[in-house]
Amino acid sequence: MAGAISRVYQNIFRRTSTFILAAVGGAFMFERGFDLLTEGIYDNINQGKLWKHVKHRYGQASLEDEEEE
Amino acid sequence: MHYTRGHITFSRPGTCIIAKMAAVACRGVRTVLGKSAGTSILTHQSAKFSTLREMATARKAVLAAMGVVGGGAAGLAYALNQSVKASDLELHTVKFPWSHDGVFSSLDHASIRRGYEVYKNVCAACHSMKYIAFRNLVGVSHTEAEAKDEAMGVQIDDGPDDEGMMFKRPGKLSDYFPNPYPNDEAARAANNGALPPDLSYITSARHGGENYIFSLLTGYCDPPAGVTVREGLYYNPYFVGGAIGMAQALYNEVMEYSDGTPATASQMAKDVSVFLKWAAEPEHDDRKRMALKAIMMFSMLFTITYYIKRHKWAVLKSRKIAYKPPQ
Ligand code: HEC
Repeated sequence: MAGAISRVYQNIFRRTSTFILAAVGGAFMFERGFDLLTEGIYDNINQGKLWKHVKHRYGQASLEDEEEE
Repeated sequence: MHYTRGHITFSRPGTCIIAKMAAVACRGVRTVLGKSAGTSILTHQSAKFSTLREMATARKAVLAAMGVVGGGAAGLAYALNQSVKASDLELHTVKFPWSHDGVFSSLDHASIRRGYEVYKNVCAACHSMKYIAFRNLVGVSHTEAEAKDEAMGVQIDDGPDDEGMMFKRPGKLSDYFPNPYPNDEAARAANNGALPPDLSYITSARHGGENYIFSLLTGYCDPPAGVTVREGLYYNPYFVGGAIGMAQALYNEVMEYSDGTPATASQMAKDVSVFLKWAAEPEHDDRKRMALKAIMMFSMLFTITYYIKRHKWAVLKSRKIAYKPPQ
């Protein structure tokens, strides 16, 4: 454990350049994960009510969907 | 363990060799650095940094009185406001169990779509919705192609053309819903002097919002004994005064839904209420999605912040500083 931490420190946090890179990259990855999670929860709460859930029922949209698949 | 620097003794609790003095010092502030009076300085310091505990009784009483008076005034204002409403003659709408009631519950988009059909087939004969454009329907209740078709179905005033004449053309996505009347006077003239209000923001403009719209549309009935309604007006207990210039618009099967839902009067009233709710608050779904994200994000940040605060303060809160007079 201590070895891992010091390796992270030596290779990433010690240099400003890599530190900034880690911060930006981490923020990007965190945001992506967080969005997936919250959108998933929201879609689950509102299952069957949102436009994307009912879209396939209507004329044009169902044709487009079939073409895509 | 303890260590001495100049006249000041720092020590950890429990191992303080001058525990008595330290205890006195710790009650008020943690530091007496720079002061070099006798022991009395310790008590003065504690007064300077006092909280409610050390506050003078008179001061506390004044604050308490102010609180009571303020709270009483707010309560009275609220009570008066309530009683004024209760003295009105109209019937107050009940709260209906909408599927979008929950803190994170979105609008029912199939219902918005049906509501648009009701508006288009029934209400649009008299009511404008001048702040809603056909493009607003895209991704909410219609696909882009469908919304274009809807727009093409109406005639929009445009111009002037090369000869300075106004002309009509089929609608485009960017066009707003057309007004059934050229102006308000024409609208009044066609409705016995009553102006059908623009419905774009109607759920925000009436107490009870979509509940009121539903109650109003389904609330038509015969006037009770002793109540006469003037020619051209209709009795509706939910409307202020009871006599409304709008005739009952929704009857069973007055139109047909494209998705096959049975078009009962209450179904249409419910769907058009949801549609009008969406029109007035198009950000409704995003707002609730953002609420979910914000609550999750901020509770996480709060936890981290609170932990760091405790972490940093642990040293400050558990140390003891005592003044050790030079021998
Ligand atoms: C025949 C024309 C006509 C039709 C159709 C019509 N209305 Fe009205 N509506 C009116 C008129 C006129 C008023 C104004 C009534 C008044 O002020 O006395 C009005 C008023 C209203 C009000 C405002 C009530 C208030 O509290 O001030 C709402 C809401 C409303 N209509 C909703 C609808 C809905 C929803 C539909 C479609 C289901 C609809 N109307 C269909 C003519 C119509």
